[in-house]
Amino acid sequence: MIRFLLRRAAGAVVILLIISAVTFFLFYSIPRDPARLACGKTCDPESLAMIRASLGIDKPVPAQFWEYLSGIVTGRDFATGHCPAPCLGYSFRDESPVLQTILDRMPTTASLAVGGTVIFLVVGLTLGVIAARNQGKLIDKGLSSLSLVMSSMQIYLVGPLVLALFVYHLDILPSPRYVELTEDPLGWFRGLLVPWLVMSIIFTAAYTRMSRSTLIEQMQEDHVRTARAKGMSERTVLFRHAWRGSLIPIVTILGVDMGSLFGGAMVTEFTFALPGLGRLAVNSVIQTDLPMLMGVMLFAAAAIILFNVLVDAVYALIDPRIRLT
Amino acid sequence: MTVRSAGCKVALNLTSVRTGGTLTTTVAKPVEPAEPTEPEQVSGRSPGSLMWRRFKRDRSGVVSACVVLFFFGVALFAPVIAWLYGKNPYTRYGQEREGLLNEFEYPVKPNGGIDGEFWFGLEPGQGRDVFTQLLFGIRTSLGIAVAVTLLAVVTAILIGIAAGYLGGKADYFLNRLIDLLMAFPNQLFFVAFMPIVAALFVDPSEETPTYIRVVSVVLVLWFLGWMTLARILRGVTLGLREREFVEAAKVSGASRWRIITRELLPNLVTPILVQATIMLPNFVTTAAALSFLGVGIMEPTPDWGRMFARGAEVYQGDLTYMFFPAGAMVLFIVAFNLLGDSVRDAFDPKGQR
Repeated sequence: MIRFLLRRAAGAVVILLIISAVTFFLFYSIPRDPARLACGKTCDPESLAMIRASLGIDKPVPAQFWEYLSGIVTGRDFATGHCPAPCLGYSFRDESPVLQTILDRMPTTASLAVGGTVIFLVVGLTLGVIAARNQGKLIDKGLSSLSLVMSSMQIYLVGPLVLALFVYHLDILPSPRYVELTEDPLGWFRGLLVPWLVMSIIFTAAYTRMSRSTLIEQMQEDHVRTARAKGMSERTVLFRHAWRGSLIPIVTILGVDMGSLFGGAMVTEFTFALPGLGRLAVNSVIQTDLPMLMGVMLFAAAAIILFNVLVDAVYALIDPRIRLT
Repeated sequence: MTVRSAGCKVALNLTSVRTGGTLTTTVAKPVEPAEPTEPEQVSGRSPGSLMWRRFKRDRSGVVSACVVLFFFGVALFAPVIAWLYGKNPYTRYGQEREGLLNEFEYPVKPNGGIDGEFWFGLEPGQGRDVFTQLLFGIRTSLGIAVAVTLLAVVTAILIGIAAGYLGGKADYFLNRLIDLLMAFPNQLFFVAFMPIVAALFVDPSEETPTYIRVVSVVLVLWFLGWMTLARILRGVTLGLREREFVEAAKVSGASRWRIITRELLPNLVTPILVQATIMLPNFVTTAAALSFLGVGIMEPTPDWGRMFARGAEVYQGDLTYMFFPAGAMVLFIVAFNLLGDSVRDAFDPKGQR
């Protein structure tokens, strides 16, 4: 287990290094100078040089990249003061510390991801089990057409429609906003309800289809036939025997989805104007804010890798035949 | 089964690869209950015609193929349709003519200004014609998606076959490359790299021409779009490499190029087509998401995704504007997914949906 974790951690560090290097060097290939943007219209060469120095972009790009990396490990000194490790630098825009901004935005993205996942997982798997138990019947056909249509929906398409209909015209659902969970749990729930539901519409279908098809496959396996032959009830067979085997493909797609959701659900956050990581990323791209973008990119990549490792660990939990190496 | 032609040889291999040696053919799941086809009927036909026969029997597949073709037809003939209809997507009819938009710049007539002249109504604010905007929007989006799909398929073939057939070090490095690219946060990357790619061609202080925007979207989507297919093709090639017909070709002195193009490629058609039907609608929606987030195609170029961005701005005053692009997109994606399922069934009769 420890060997597995060490190996994966080493792999993660390599991938994060490459991703940050690619982002860093490509971003500097734009002939757009952040110092000039910060300096404004009345800009003389002296103050331009000063801004360059204060942003830390007066050195050659490889040297800057090295400073950035060592800043993460040991902390870094800027003209404005010391930035303790792990230091991701300061925004080019408003000089706010990148790490703090990301940590401030994280709860929104995490709430969105966790709540959405709970809904689409519960609904998706339930519908999948119903469809599998009624294979070939009308309800199964209805559910598979429904999931086909749902999987063809897009957040940027359903979001505004739901807002217009249920929030503004009919006034059934609360309008989306983010409130701290610790401050006002009910407000948190009400504010995120619409984004969760809209997100779930898009994600549910994949889980319904996947759990249906793997359950049907599992029901034809030998161990299920044995369990039936022993006289177990259909319910026990389904939930104790077939269900376990069908978990692996579901856990696989869940890992991918959670990883990308924790890195910032850009379209969802944009549609519902929620202040999460995804919006932060879009804004920093539009504003040429490299330190902020790098920070979000590293966080998002780390989330993807983390969930990858988790998925592998969960495989071993589900199926004792799988050994972690 | 007698081997009569190269095509049939492929059929043999193809079926045995996909089904593990059995040649029983059942129709997967058309609307009618599955009926087994007699093996005598199967022998002697090329896999292409077999696939076509199965596909033609699948009613939902044929209908969705027609819908998809309709959309491609619309995209292709958008200028002709717009010319017959007598409008274009750029003219601001609502601002040029009195009585079309009210003081808040929303269409005067109900339902977003739909009438005999403006079939799908007018855009709030700018007062442009929605029908032609949608026509040309579909044209832009599908054009981008087709270009990305072609590029991604070619890349995947090159890399997948190289990794699978050459093996050894090449395989190792290409696999690590695929691993690495798959760990990239792709949505974030698309958004972050759009301005960079655009800036490679043109100075950011100047106006970026439309075609450069389009090229940038294509390049960005292509960069992270080919890995899944490449991995699939690598796996299939790995299996095919050890098979007798490849051995035979080698022994008979065929060059590597000939083996790859004549022996391997025909066997890769199935996974390529199946994966392409998954990729294309994905690229349509991802490109639309980029435009929605404000980093893809920009004003005034008509684009499907940009219509959703505009729709999201004005939905409180005029929901109708959003209605047609949204309906069209759902119809297109549903039809394409159905088509994809049918193509899969037609190629792989054993697999069940």
